Amino acid sequence: MSEMKKIKNLKEFSTSADRFEGANLLCPGCAHSIIVREVLNATNDDLVLAASTGCLEVCTAVYPYTSWDASWIHIGFENGSTAVAGAEAMYKALKTKGRLKQPDRNPKFIAFGGDGASYDIGFQWISGCMERNHDMMYVVLDNEVYANTGGQRSSSTPIGASATTTPAGKISYGETRNKKDMMGIMAAHNIPYAAQVAPNKWKDMVKKIQHGMNTEGAVFINAVSPCTTEWKFDPKDTMHLTDLATDSLVFPLYEIIDGHELNITYRPKNVVPVEEYLAAQGRFRHLFKDEYKYLIKEWQERVDKNWEYLNRREEARV
Amino acid sequence: MAFDKLELNEIEVWDGNYAAAQALRQAQVDVVSAYPITPSTAIVEGYAKFKSDNLVEGEFVMVESEHAAMSGCIGAAAAGGRVATATASQGLALMAETLYQASGMRLPIVLNIVNRALAAPLNVNCDHSDMYMVRDSGWIQFDAFSPQEAYDLNLIAFRVSEDHEVRLPAIVNQDGFLTSHTAQGVHTLSDDAAFNFVGEYKPMNDMLDFEHPVTHGVQTEEDWHFEHKARQHADTMNIVPGKIDEVFAEFEKLTGRKYNQVEKYNMDDADVAVVCMGTSVETAREVAGEMREKGIKAGVVGLRVVRPFPFMEIAETLKDVKAVAALDRSAPGGAAGMLFNEIAGSLFNTDSKMLLSGYIYGLGGRDLTKKHLVDLYTELQANADAGKLLTKQQQFIGVRGPKLAFL
Repeated sequence: MSEMKKIKNLKEFSTSADRFEGANLLCPGCAHSIIVREVLNATNDDLVLAASTGCLEVCTAVYPYTSWDASWIHIGFENGSTAVAGAEAMYKALKTKGRLKQPDRNPKFIAFGGDGASYDIGFQWISGCMERNHDMMYVVLDNEVYANTGGQRSSSTPIGASATTTPAGKISYGETRNKKDMMGIMAAHNIPYAAQVAPNKWKDMVKKIQHGMNTEGAVFINAVSPCTTEWKFDPKDTMHLTDLATDSLVFPLYEIIDGHELNITYRPKNVVPVEEYLAAQGRFRHLFKDEYKYLIKEWQERVDKNWEYLNRREEARV
Repeated sequence: MAFDKLELNEIEVWDGNYAAAQALRQAQVDVVSAYPITPSTAIVEGYAKFKSDNLVEGEFVMVESEHAAMSGCIGAAAAGGRVATATASQGLALMAETLYQASGMRLPIVLNIVNRALAAPLNVNCDHSDMYMVRDSGWIQFDAFSPQEAYDLNLIAFRVSEDHEVRLPAIVNQDGFLTSHTAQGVHTLSDDAAFNFVGEYKPMNDMLDFEHPVTHGVQTEEDWHFEHKARQHADTMNIVPGKIDEVFAEFEKLTGRKYNQVEKYNMDDADVAVVCMGTSVETAREVAGEMREKGIKAGVVGLRVVRPFPFMEIAETLKDVKAVAALDRSAPGGAAGMLFNEIAGSLFNTDSKMLLSGYIYGLGGRDLTKKHLVDLYTELQANADAGKLLTKQQQFIGVRGPKLAFL
């Protein structure tokens, strides 16, 4: 284990380990770049990174340019996790054989994927990596939609959202299924560490990322990543939307250690009604019609119930 | 703890799978990332046993699918070390996407394919439909006709694939069950001699060199994609064949075993010839010998290197032959077979008056018997005598039911 990086304040933190360039093609207001910088800046250690096909990948490695000043690989949509697992296996092999070029370095292995790449098409690959307990971290940039291909639903898309393959229409309120509980599924692999994070709560995020990086074995991180294009809000409001997500408890911040010990890491002082979170996004606009208002009520009930569940899990210490 | 070495007899009785596994051990592969599938499973099982007996030092990662197996290989190869795996048939089909990614990133990886039919109908036995499916994936492809060759070609494949001028992944094909499960005497190299031949892995653009961070697997659209692919293709056509010959020659010097991209048997004065791959080559050689005794000048061409296809050497070999049969062990689904097409392509703009016919045979493990080949040579001789094709251009060999012939 290497010594954890000490961080004094946000200003210092934000520029402390520039390995992800501001020069990229991500949309203005995209939370991806904020999350990636927060993850990378949490350590000064060397990095081996992978990105699945998606917004992050197509916007940061368009030949002959790269936004990455760290070892980085992209293979396909589904296998970013396994690419990093393979690199980690090679690191172990070369370490055993005494053939590392810089044997004193202590690299961290991290894969990034969107919710499409993680909840759906890459699900099996992530599950395999978690089950085999590779010494790696998998970070989901969870914007709840296939944003790179223009707004199709994923199994992370929440109920009532209008996506291009589940559009709201005369007889439809959009997505009809509840968001997949990826945290629960990943924790069920009994991995050493799983956590949900949000870019607005950067101290909480850094703590979790550092904990994850200093954990031996597989780590799963789910990061809420508001998408200005598909959630339909003004690019300047990214952090406002993230605040609404965490403070309404739609996206609660917690961690699960060794598959069972659950800790809630952020309790909003003033819990915001879910309605406010939904109202701030174009993808939910139709829910405010009279005939769909019952869905907003159901949303609130679901979020309350989940919060109660998390609290009970935390209390029970099981 | 250092790994132990094995004292091998000069000749060991190995099947093709075990021979391949021994080659991976002797090359001291750094990472094997694999998923089991019949009939290739014994290769990775063999490697696993070597690992558990402290005969290899590398990492063995049993992943959850063939797609993941090659994904792990790609990540490991990009990290900078020697990488290998094995698969067959449906597994190769699942892996196919990643084959293009490995070659497109110019990563040296050795993949053993134990040739097996593609479903449906489900079938675990040999044909070449899996090999044909990935023929355009940008990998170098060798073809072994016997366990000995499976062993030798694995060692050779590492050398060619990892060469810094080549930097392309390589496949070693062998016939499912026919080669993979048939034990024969295999001449071995000592562990030291084999490793010295393969050599210490020399990384290039490796992700574990933190002084020189690299970006692998970029996006290129119309402004660069063509240049990347064209360069890769040009290197495959221009650099790889010479490199293969070089490594073949070095291997011959070490072992006395001579390999050629096109394996010719009785071809110096042949009037009629069969071109084929895998275990059929040996059968065809035996029958060709017998046909010679009957006065038919029969020859055999065995394809040792499937990709890059040895166009020039095939053209040179077949230019004076009167009638040639291309034996394809895959139903091409509405086309001529691959071998038929490649041979036709090799000779089309030459002065050759060769009569070329294509035969589909051996699907799903159906035997190719000596009788089939006797009939085939007889038919070829009749074509040669008549100076024209007396039968349809594409036929089946040994299939029940109505006589199927096309074109």
